[in-house]
Amino acid sequence: MDAIRTLRSRTVVLPAANIDTDQIIPARFLTTTTRQGLGRHLFADWRHDAQGAPHSDFVLNRAAARGCQILVAGRNFGCGSSREHAPWALLDHGFRAVISTQIADIFRSNALKNGLVPVVVDAAIAGWLIEHPGVEVSIDLPTATLTLPTGIQASFPLESFARYCLVNGVDELGFLMDRERDIAAFEHRRPGA
Amino acid sequence: MQAAARTMLEKIWEQHEVVPETSDIPAVLYIDLHLIHEVTSPQAFAVLAERGLGVRRPDLTLATLDHSTPTRTEQIFGGVPVAIESAARQIRELERNCARFGVELLGLQSEQRGIVHVIGPELGATQPGKTIVCGDSHTSTHGALGALAFGIGTTEVGHVLATQSLLQRKPRSLAINVDHRLQPGVTAKDLILWIISQIGVSGGTGHVIEYRGAGVCALDMEERMTVCNMSIEAGARAGMIAPDETTYAWLAGRARVPQGGAWEEALERWRHLPSDADARFDRQFEIDAAVVEPMITYGTNPGMVIPINGTIPERRGDAAFDQALAYMGFEAGAAIKEKPINVVFLGSCTNGRLSDLRAAARVLRGRKIAPGVQMLVVPGSQAVKRAAEAEGLHRVFKDAGAEWRESGCSMCLGMNGDTVTHGEYSLSTSNRNFEGRQGVGARTLLASPLTAAASAVRGRVTDPRELLSH
Repeated sequence: MDAIRTLRSRTVVLPAANIDTDQIIPARFLTTTTRQGLGRHLFADWRHDAQGAPHSDFVLNRAAARGCQILVAGRNFGCGSSREHAPWALLDHGFRAVISTQIADIFRSNALKNGLVPVVVDAAIAGWLIEHPGVEVSIDLPTATLTLPTGIQASFPLESFARYCLVNGVDELGFLMDRERDIAAFEHRRPGA
Repeated sequence: MQAAARTMLEKIWEQHEVVPETSDIPAVLYIDLHLIHEVTSPQAFAVLAERGLGVRRPDLTLATLDHSTPTRTEQIFGGVPVAIESAARQIRELERNCARFGVELLGLQSEQRGIVHVIGPELGATQPGKTIVCGDSHTSTHGALGALAFGIGTTEVGHVLATQSLLQRKPRSLAINVDHRLQPGVTAKDLILWIISQIGVSGGTGHVIEYRGAGVCALDMEERMTVCNMSIEAGARAGMIAPDETTYAWLAGRARVPQGGAWEEALERWRHLPSDADARFDRQFEIDAAVVEPMITYGTNPGMVIPINGTIPERRGDAAFDQALAYMGFEAGAAIKEKPINVVFLGSCTNGRLSDLRAAARVLRGRKIAPGVQMLVVPGSQAVKRAAEAEGLHRVFKDAGAEWRESGCSMCLGMNGDTVTHGEYSLSTSNRNFEGRQGVGARTLLASPLTAAASAVRGRVTDPRELLSH
């Protein structure tokens, strides 16, 4: 995982609440055995009609969305299935952060493990961002702060361990492997062991 | 000194802390049972292979094939190739990974195969007090037996394969107290849909739900699984129900539970699991089971749900709500009853167990499904299938005009080619009515097996109590 200290990008806005992981990447694309190349399936059924032609009015298909790294979405983003293919598809497309008033638990966990930053803000900040699509915002990881072009700053919850992993590009598996002695000791005292 | 009162969540959590959490670092939580399937594991096994790691506890790991597997008998047992080539590759990949890493696989032709959340309890691998994870959000199902069970992503699947542990923050607790019993013709599916309508699709986010109270104690084991299964549809990673005599009687004698003296010892341990009488929950919510009617969804998330005799609500100024209704082809203010349907799906980890098939058969016996309606009956496991056949349920379904398939996730998410045609209405006993969930452009109405069967007979959304009265 690449280390991230700051992000600065224009936003893409999907204002709907409860955008589920079946929308982010439909199940029929999950028969893959790799994590690469899923960006082309991102929001597949919102980007394309039943014949596969792109919906020109869908925000991700507009020229202005090109290169945007920050997605602003309605409340409860990423609900539903645990598929990690959802953050993989968002990252492969080029997104590095999602801003919402609420992000579903499993999606949040999956996002953090892949360097996709979950940014939970209050309704006033989210509402402003939804009303001003395409503005350039910045996200500072060491201070967990979102800065709007108006200069307004909002801190967002990012627990210290997740912040440490993101800022240093550390993956958790190495950390867990280092607890091997503790795990072995636990297994020894575990009932039925 | 008296120990502080604890919830069941706290007890199970503390029993599995390899290293307790601090303000800086999450807990290292030990996992007793890791369930694996073909869709969310290949990239995790690939990480192990890249790093030269093995599976730490193959004995605590159990794999099966369910999500992308065919349900047509000839593709499972008849030598006909799996129709979707990418699905066939994924199946072979799990077979190879399990062989390479020494993980037990209940493979395509195993009589123990089935939906991972159906076979865990069925085999007795799911037990009270265990921590159970799987790369699937409906892992919450296993909490019905008093386990702490939650869905994880593929990176975490890799963590558990390599270390049998996860880094986790202790979730908050939400008690849902259910008073009174369900009325006749009202099922556990209606109860959980009602609960979701009350707390909302993100009402449980950050929490583990413990379902409690007389209305929950009165549920049988399979009903409890249906309730816990859809906890994730309320945003909660896990749902749980305290183990009791119903739980122990259901588990006794199953293949993978402790036997003999070890069973007695396990019972002794399990009896300490329920939340202490004065345990404090972070949040509480009260539900009256007696007021629950058969429920049905009208929109594109499980919170968009109404009693079957209700009307589709109106939310002025809510563009997403209007878009959901447009997707469904419904109008605010209209009745949901009598809406025509094209497909009925009976199955899934929510409602694919023997009691669900029995409930539907009770309605279908001696009746035909309406002309033009396709009904798919997909048992939750091969064991469910065999048990249903032993009591003749398959003949009831076939005589009614339904298709009787091999087990799997099937049309719940349509990965295996069992899909609903664009624009058609599916009355489904599964758990998600998201846009496109059952196929591109498919319109899903979630309801109970009773409602599904009654609606299959009429070809329209039907209150099952109208067909149960005689």
